[in-house]
Amino acid sequence: MEYSEHKPIYLQNVDLMQEKILRGDWREEERIPSVREMGAMVGVNPNTIVRSYQLLEVAEIIYNKRGLGYFVKEGAVARIKDNMKKEFISNELPQFKAKAEMLGITKEELLKLL
Amino acid sequence: MIEVKDLSFAYSNAKVLDNISTTFAQGRIYGLLGANGVGKSTLFKLLCGLLTTKCGEINIDGYSPADRMPGFLSRIFYIPEDFEGPDLSIKNYVGGISSFYPKYDESLLNSLLNDFDIDINRKFTSLSLGQRKRAILCVALAMNTEYLLLDEPTNGLDIPAKAEFRKMVAKAMDDNRTIIISTHQVKDVENLLDHIMILDKRCVLLDKSVADIQSEYVFEVTMHRPEDALYYEEGLGGYCSISKNTAGEESRINIELLFNYINSKK
Repeated sequence: MEYSEHKPIYLQNVDLMQEKILRGDWREEERIPSVREMGAMVGVNPNTIVRSYQLLEVAEIIYNKRGLGYFVKEGAVARIKDNMKKEFISNELPQFKAKAEMLGITKEELLKLL
Repeated sequence: MIEVKDLSFAYSNAKVLDNISTTFAQGRIYGLLGANGVGKSTLFKLLCGLLTTKCGEINIDGYSPADRMPGFLSRIFYIPEDFEGPDLSIKNYVGGISSFYPKYDESLLNSLLNDFDIDINRKFTSLSLGQRKRAILCVALAMNTEYLLLDEPTNGLDIPAKAEFRKMVAKAMDDNRTIIISTHQVKDVENLLDHIMILDKRCVLLDKSVADIQSEYVFEVTMHRPEDALYYEEGLGGYCSISKNTAGEESRINIELLFNYINSKK
């Protein structure tokens, strides 16, 4: 897998894991790879991967069953979509809007294209 | 834990390490960076007892490498940059050395060689440089030593082998191991590192975890010349810069830029 230049690796790994959950590769209440397995899969230091898991645990996307490993939490898909929606509205949309205004694209034109 | 105290070393014609002190903790993968000739390879040889010095001390879990005690040598494996390999098959070589490494794992060796597509019956001398480096890396990982010193491990590896290398090392990493990778090919290993050490002849210029570097600095690429940057370089995509991280931003470390910045300050 390729990593982009600007985002820290552990956050890029969070994106990858969320994508796997959204795509249904990892289902809710299913066990996901351990930190070490994940590190080996993507060729990243396990200590970096731990940070991704911690973030997703705090965000209630995954949870740890003692002695059994990490599982996708019930409702994770909805929560991921909700977070991504907020992120889209607060970050990507204003950029999109600014660019459309700069280029003089009207609302009507945009709606037609969408 | 490796503790290096006031270490100096000189070859007959040149002084390389001059009064260096540092430590390497367990459970971390260190990137050891430094300009040519600062003594990275020399440090490796001192750490594993291939070179000795009267100036300074090295303490590794209570052992001094220079004593070359079996109890110590079984805990460390060093792969030099230009590993030639003996005129033996991998199988016979491993048969010869594995009894010195109590944690040697034969099934791990087989699976690693398999991942790298190398036949255990091939002689080192019949392999290309890249294949030899892959073979000895498999052997080193399978010996399961607490300390693993890798000098320019990705030199000579082809592009798919570099990715395979990262996966192998990530898989082999655990809390009891210390892996030190000396390299100029930063891009090949940067995702593996969780600690960066930049060495100079007379001191350690930087010794910080990746997480600490990220919270201390912001790495950016901008179209405009950055105002408050600590350091910047102009390139095709704009200005690559390092600034103090005042807003708690998180960015990906640009190790090459960091290296140039740290070296420019000294």
